[in-house]
Amino acid sequence: MPTLARRLSRRLALTLIAMWGAATLAFAGMRLVPGDPARVIAGGVQANATPQVLDAIRDQYGLREPVLVQYGVFLGRLLRGDLGESYQLNQSVSGVILDQLGPTVALAAGASALGFSLAVGAALLTAGRPGPRVVSRALEFGSISTPNFWIGILLLAAFSFRLHWFPVIGDGGLSALVLPWVALALPIAGVLAQVTREGLERALGQPFALTARARGATEHRVRLRHALRHAALPVLTLSGWALGELLAGAVVVETVFARQGLGHVVVAAVRGRDFPVVTGVVVLSALTFSLVNTALDLLYRLVDPRMRQAAL
Amino acid sequence: MSAPAAVPYDPVRAAEARARAPRRRWPFRPGVLLAAAFLMLVCAAAAFPGLLGHAPDQVDPAAALRGPGGAHPFGTDELGRDVLARIVYGARPSLLVGAGSTLLAGLAGAVWGLAGALGGRVVGEAAMRVADVLLAFPAILMALLVVAVLGPGTRNAVLAITVALAPGFARVVRVQALVVRDSAYVRAAVNLGLSPARVLVRHIVPNVVAPLLILATVNIGTAIIAGASLSFLGLGPQPPDPEWGSMLAQARDYLDVSWTLALFPGAAITLTVMSATIAGRALQARYEGRGGG
Repeated sequence: MPTLARRLSRRLALTLIAMWGAATLAFAGMRLVPGDPARVIAGGVQANATPQVLDAIRDQYGLREPVLVQYGVFLGRLLRGDLGESYQLNQSVSGVILDQLGPTVALAAGASALGFSLAVGAALLTAGRPGPRVVSRALEFGSISTPNFWIGILLLAAFSFRLHWFPVIGDGGLSALVLPWVALALPIAGVLAQVTREGLERALGQPFALTARARGATEHRVRLRHALRHAALPVLTLSGWALGELLAGAVVVETVFARQGLGHVVVAAVRGRDFPVVTGVVVLSALTFSLVNTALDLLYRLVDPRMRQAAL
Repeated sequence: MSAPAAVPYDPVRAAEARARAPRRRWPFRPGVLLAAAFLMLVCAAAAFPGLLGHAPDQVDPAAALRGPGGAHPFGTDELGRDVLARIVYGARPSLLVGAGSTLLAGLAGAVWGLAGALGGRVVGEAAMRVADVLLAFPAILMALLVVAVLGPGTRNAVLAITVALAPGFARVVRVQALVVRDSAYVRAAVNLGLSPARVLVRHIVPNVVAPLLILATVNIGTAIIAGASLSFLGLGPQPPDPEWGSMLAQARDYLDVSWTLALFPGAAITLTVMSATIAGRALQARYEGRGGG
């Protein structure tokens, strides 16, 4: 399939450009910070670094070179997968990311599983049924409009401080993950449920649903076997958006629940202007984001055979 | 388990029902009215926070962490400051970050998108490729990057969210501008010999702005949540200035003593976002199809 190959290589090229853009923005950001970069690395003006320390930093980070040379060195290292050293954590950025990736992936994976099941479940149960539909719509609107850190705080207040069902803080075990999962999943589930139900209702109104019913298929079978597949396409399109929301939500939810993770690290790095860490996380997310969107592009063809012919 | 017998969805009947329903000129539904009333309340608080007569920074350690009631309808925080007063004073920065960044992003997106549509091959392509790159990673990271460069604060939070929102707006404006550019009335105006600048200002911009306005209104809720998130992370308005997101960050540390401390700022954010969304949708329903969208 030449069109597919071309499309794929186009997407991969766009991925590379996006990563280059992200890296360049981060590098430019590092240079745009008012003041001496050596002082920023030393911990800001408050740190009161001696001239000797600043000189050593300039040597160590190659800050005496022209900016373009520094940019070239930076890109060259990035190409070899070297994200540099954190200014503050005394550790390589890839080491920091590897250490913190696990908790964040556990949080995001569980939350997306929960969010998608809630959404599909709610849509299957309420599509085309006026009464339940109204209730579900109100709940969805509420969950979309509520910031997830407030959901998290309310959950903490109710289930950790009052009922003592779940630990207040702590990274150990599944019980510490339940509340963060819910807080992260609810806003995403709200949007996904709306879109899924809309797709289901459209599918249920089409002739093939009528045909299936005429052949004697039960309502459950029509919904699960016939309509759901059609509703899946817009939901797939939204998965890329959902991933972005998960990343954004993880930053906030990890702070609410005082959890370890990439979000927690990136917030600390932004506060402390630890640019190598910020750059590393931004480039990594750009990569993940682009790869997931490319994978989704391929998935469309599996879900919807009609897309295989369409040479978009 | 008795599954309720579902009414099979009948497209013909549904279409007939839609056709029979009277078209509302102005949605006087109670939800929309409530939303408008609440938005006015929030705007009033943002414009004249002093009307309430309470100071947001009056410390009273003897009355710290009181529940709602008495002299403090919403209770007091860990320093004995009145939560109601802090919420009223917090309306201004919260709205400023939400609405201000949407406004700026709308303006930037309009110029950006118009450049993308009408800027010729080089400028247009460049403008849209930059937007593609910016849209290739999550908006919150963009915002965090901006804060990392500029440092925390109200103004920088506005700029951060503006940068995060603008590429999406630019894309919408570009699509709309391409449609308008090829429309009969623009070609007519060009053929009549109007100057390009006049065609742009008189004919293209007004028809591009309407859908952008609708999009922006519907997006204000998202921007308010994004602003509150930055502020919750300690990257927005700085203490002791009251702001809803940072109030929640403080309340998080006193949940074991007073959970109501976290109730009211969060409710303020959620109700404002809901009202803005309802109002935006009502506007959308009213003007959809008129702006050429």
